[in-house]
Amino acid sequence: MSTAVENISTGVEFEALDSALESQMILSMGPQHPSTHGVLRLDLRLDGELIVKAIPDIGYLHTGMEKLFEYKKYQQGIVITDRMDYLNPLGNNLAYVMAGEKLLQLEIPERAQVIRVLFCELQRIASHLVWLGTHALDIGAMSPFFYCFRHREKILNLIEAASGGRMTPSYFRIGGLMMDLPAGFDRRCRQFLDDFPEAMQTFESLLTGNTLWQSRTEGIGIISAEDAINWGLTGPCLRGSGVNIDVRRANPYCGYETYDFEVPTQPDGDVWSRFKVRMREMAESHKICRQALERLRPGPIKADAPKVVLPDRDDMRKHMDSLIHHFLIVAEGFNVPPGEVYMPIEASKGELGVYMRSNGGPKPDRVHFRGPSFVNLQALPVMSEGEMVADVVAIIGSLDIVLGEIDR
Amino acid sequence: MADTTALLEFANKLKAKNAAWVAEVIDALGEVSIVIPRETIVDVCIELKDEHQFDLLADLCGADRGPEEDPRFVVNYHLFSTKHFGRLRLKVRVGEDDAKIHTVSHIWRTADWHERETYDLFGIVFENHPDLRRILLPSDFDGYALRKDYPLRGYEPYSMN
Repeated sequence: MSTAVENISTGVEFEALDSALESQMILSMGPQHPSTHGVLRLDLRLDGELIVKAIPDIGYLHTGMEKLFEYKKYQQGIVITDRMDYLNPLGNNLAYVMAGEKLLQLEIPERAQVIRVLFCELQRIASHLVWLGTHALDIGAMSPFFYCFRHREKILNLIEAASGGRMTPSYFRIGGLMMDLPAGFDRRCRQFLDDFPEAMQTFESLLTGNTLWQSRTEGIGIISAEDAINWGLTGPCLRGSGVNIDVRRANPYCGYETYDFEVPTQPDGDVWSRFKVRMREMAESHKICRQALERLRPGPIKADAPKVVLPDRDDMRKHMDSLIHHFLIVAEGFNVPPGEVYMPIEASKGELGVYMRSNGGPKPDRVHFRGPSFVNLQALPVMSEGEMVADVVAIIGSLDIVLGEIDR
Repeated sequence: MADTTALLEFANKLKAKNAAWVAEVIDALGEVSIVIPRETIVDVCIELKDEHQFDLLADLCGADRGPEEDPRFVVNYHLFSTKHFGRLRLKVRVGEDDAKIHTVSHIWRTADWHERETYDLFGIVFENHPDLRRILLPSDFDGYALRKDYPLRGYEPYSMN
């Protein structure tokens, strides 16, 4: 019966298509379906409303970013990373610049590290807020969306105050930060952190205790811990299956080992577990933000590497060598010693790894992004087969995918 | 720089088990890479997964060293352990004329899409892969976009027909 694919270019295998269609239906869901969070297409083979087989089809948003990196200097590559996972641009910046810093073996000053942690955690909250709003919207709860976006807006304002960009900050640079925090940032950030616990309570009261919400999410899209590891899931999706793995704990960076926070896990591996994990993660990120703010001390924000890091404007007016360095970095870029690194960080969606390979010049030889969304989406068929069509919407929401990162 | 003694130990254990498995060990920038011959990839991966708890394949990616290099391509496997948190890189060098390597998608299911991506962008064929199709680019796309000799803007405007 089965016509197995022998020629690799023949396309999707629907064995015994004709006979199956007597009782089954093939539904192409997307790429414009609102619940697919971008341009994802699912080939669903249905028996009534039950999913027999689900095949994700991606690539609609492919823009050749990994190719583009090879034609841009290291510092120019940072702006490309913003556009991958556009809900977590600072996480992408961080992974990219830390890969470059590892190749250059730069020491990053304490203040820059603390600011990086602070912003990454703010960005994680912002990313989770978008997830929460859209996930609830997909399932049919409209009001959380407005509350979530209202509070996300406050975080975007903070990011804009520091970097000048809301969605595309490019705030982290190889060797430190673009610039120091503006005056009054501390007060504004504290104000947000003071208000946030109350907002969390609103989200909890809107959804967590809601019977409809529970019945739509509990026991749906189950993946076991063993399967989750085998399929390479990371981040909240893996911790929702009871595996306590967080890159911030397993392979700490930016001094995360010195912060006091918990890594929430849930045992069941269903949509509800992933929901609970992300809700608790927001509270933990809030905790880390507070600790980071307490640690902010005046100090340098750029590494002591004049050939890599742009000099201060003031120095350029007074010192000839600063002016020369500035000209050389901007016009020709800086050379990075040959070598290769893999830099993993805990982004809001899971492990974001950057493989960077240099052959000595001012442009990278190869940059590869291991996007957590790409890997997590791959497990969608495992979670959704045997479920109803309406549950696929809930499962996609619980994976928290961003197609910009998947297709790159 | 991170301490790599524990990771080098895995390389030594592999070498002790079968000397043919390890062609070269690179210890640089706090990371350990093991270069292995192409034929041994499945055996080495099974050994690392079953005996040394590298149960999560974090990433698999190809790299083109340029048309003048021989062997031209490198396939990198980034392994991670959820038990002891170690990270290890396996490198397999593949020539242009015979750009083939056995799949590891039966060892870690997550390798499936990574291998499809590498096939799509570099033209490296993963033998015995369950469903080796292009994944990011359209199925009728001509050429392999991430190869160094493929121009940045392609050969001609691509049309969906």
